[in-house]
Amino acid sequence: MRLEFTDEELSFREEVRDFLGKQLSAEIRDKVLNGYELGREDHLQWQRRLHERGWGGMGWPVEFGGAGWNSVQQYIFEEESALAGAPRLIPFGTKMVAPVIMAFGTAAQQQRFLPKISAGEEWWCQGYSEPGAGSDLASLKTRAVREGDHYIVDGQKTWNTLGQYADWIFCLVRTDSQAKQQSGITFILIDMKSPGITLRPITLLDGGREVNEVWFENVRVPVENRIGEENRGWTYAKFLLGHERTNIAGIGIAKRELQRLKRVAASERLNGRPLIEDPLFAAQIAQVEIELWALEITNLRVLSAERRSAAAGPDASILKIRGTEIHQSISELLMRAVGPYALPSRREAMEAGWQFDPTREPPGPRYAATLAAAYFNQRKLSIFGGTNEIQKNIIAKMIVGL
Amino acid sequence: MNFDFSDEQRQLHDVVERYLGEQYDFNRFKAINGSATGWDPTIWRALADLGVLGITVPEEQGGLGFGPLETLAMMGDCGRSLLLEPMLSSAVIATAALRPFAVQALAGELLSKMAAGEKIAVLAHFDSGARFESQFVTTRAVRAGANYRLDGHKGVVMHAAAADTLLVSARTSGDTGDAQGVSLFLVPRTTPGVILDSYATVDGQRAADVYLTGVEVGAGSRLGEEGRALAAIEAALDIGLAGLCADAVGVMQALLDATIDYVRQRQQFGQPIGRFQALQHRIADMLVHLEQARSMSYLAALRCTDEDVGERRKALSAAKAVIGQAGRFVGQQAVQLHGGMGMTDELKVSHLFKRLTAAQLMFGDSDAHLQRYAALTRT
Repeated sequence: MRLEFTDEELSFREEVRDFLGKQLSAEIRDKVLNGYELGREDHLQWQRRLHERGWGGMGWPVEFGGAGWNSVQQYIFEEESALAGAPRLIPFGTKMVAPVIMAFGTAAQQQRFLPKISAGEEWWCQGYSEPGAGSDLASLKTRAVREGDHYIVDGQKTWNTLGQYADWIFCLVRTDSQAKQQSGITFILIDMKSPGITLRPITLLDGGREVNEVWFENVRVPVENRIGEENRGWTYAKFLLGHERTNIAGIGIAKRELQRLKRVAASERLNGRPLIEDPLFAAQIAQVEIELWALEITNLRVLSAERRSAAAGPDASILKIRGTEIHQSISELLMRAVGPYALPSRREAMEAGWQFDPTREPPGPRYAATLAAAYFNQRKLSIFGGTNEIQKNIIAKMIVGL
Repeated sequence: MNFDFSDEQRQLHDVVERYLGEQYDFNRFKAINGSATGWDPTIWRALADLGVLGITVPEEQGGLGFGPLETLAMMGDCGRSLLLEPMLSSAVIATAALRPFAVQALAGELLSKMAAGEKIAVLAHFDSGARFESQFVTTRAVRAGANYRLDGHKGVVMHAAAADTLLVSARTSGDTGDAQGVSLFLVPRTTPGVILDSYATVDGQRAADVYLTGVEVGAGSRLGEEGRALAAIEAALDIGLAGLCADAVGVMQALLDATIDYVRQRQQFGQPIGRFQALQHRIADMLVHLEQARSMSYLAALRCTDEDVGERRKALSAAKAVIGQAGRFVGQQAVQLHGGMGMTDELKVSHLFKRLTAAQLMFGDSDAHLQRYAALTRT
């Protein structure tokens, strides 16, 4: 038993650091470290940089043009990226649909889609949830009816993340309404430019518009865009969920935000003393820090078990629950650290540049203006990707066997 | 980075698990707990024969010369079985305290006998009123010719009555709270002037307040240099803290297992109560806590002998805080989910809960360690 990474892994970490030091632009870095919004071009530019380095599909097998990294390497990459202020990886293409295409897609689909995902030329989004199908995803109603070489898709998807940037959407649709819920579902890929698709942004509690409702009205989808067999989509979706779990705990981002919390708490004052010296506040920081440390080791245990494919470590649901709770705690402490200057509500504060416009200087410290919005936004973490309650159901069923 | 136990560590775990599984069931625990001394010399002898008591004793003294990871591998089994014998006090903590002084004849000889199960030693360090401040030494030792004379009051010394030898810390110079000036002495328990006020602790282990009044020991009983023993004492306490963490994780695992069995088998409203989601989620929460605690018990074992004292303390405080919080949750919820039965003395659950409660109270509770962690990481 040892905590330290191997020499090989350490030199890989150096390689990643070196890459980040050279390729990450100051502009993007500044946005990430200060919590400002990133646009489509920011993300795609970063994906292109990764692609140029051969890391566009970092976890993909080499035969698909990937870097063939194992989960430890991906963990190291994401940790270093987070600490350096690189954009988080948008998972829908590289981590979600790509593994499904690799595992179940045709050679033609693999050639058509994978290179453009890796190269940052096409943006993917997800069409899973529906107004009536959230945690109970298998009750989804969006229909796809076969008509010659096409499916005709009708229905509504929701909580579609960053679909406004997307070129393609992967969807679960119902192709057999008679079959048992899970067995009548098909996994299809739809061009977002197809006639009949309407996308409407949902304004969230922080004022942001990162999720959408998507309507499908008589949308014609070529049958060749179906993944695998008709009515077996649920199997592919479950496979995908298994792939969504790498770095689900977000240890690197939590470490970065914790550092930020300490910086903010060191510059905020309470009764003339740095807030970080207030015993109660210091104890709250220490509490989240020890929880993060425990989670980091738990995450490493999972990776270690994966690497050796030994007996399975604690399930990804544990990482999801604890990771999201810790992120939420940090975002709440960050907001509370700035006290009243978390109150001014200005949506434009989320945009880089606004803070430096001398005619519109924010009223409080520059770092304070985004923190309440970030706190509100982070409440999503325990809801998406399977609510934490669903994760507990999974633990009770799959690990405990109740 | 890997979290696998070595073959030797796994064997050690298997040996202890098998032995305690066969010889130390809950009835045995209750019988020993009900006895006058609260520990069973035949169990102790058997553990010695299995080689378990000498795992961290140096090879020169007939031990195996292993470290905290081997302790980690088998301490969970001790916790799980509610072992009342002084494994942690003697085979882990006192052994660690003696090890740096093994070249001294008395200490080396004692270690050999401890490995063989012939002698028991415990560290009597914390003075009454010191809580867990290791520098807060008020017991004094003054030179009296060729001897030292010790006076003081050690609080809640685990397994003191079972011990043949007490390792007593005493101030030979300086003031209460000074890091310098603390010496360590081998004091046979039957030395005139040593009085034990013995009792059972809440979890059925035995302990005593140790009163030292004009206790005379020869200068040869002093371990190491005069006034310079605190670092060795703290090193031993840190190793002990890691051992206690591992014990507590074993207890938590036993509680979770017992609770899962119970909710599967207990029927209400015509079905096993484990079908109810409120209870399923509570069990999921217990499991999440347990796994975080387990992770920190690994960290504690890996870092408890770190020569960088700051890093060592940081890791141990983080571990003790997390494990204390997890233990509180798992213990309380195990009782809760057992309903009325969880309140009874009859079930092992209540005894496991009390052992976790005791672990929280030893070596500083979660709040004390959270505070220490905060102080160590402010910048």
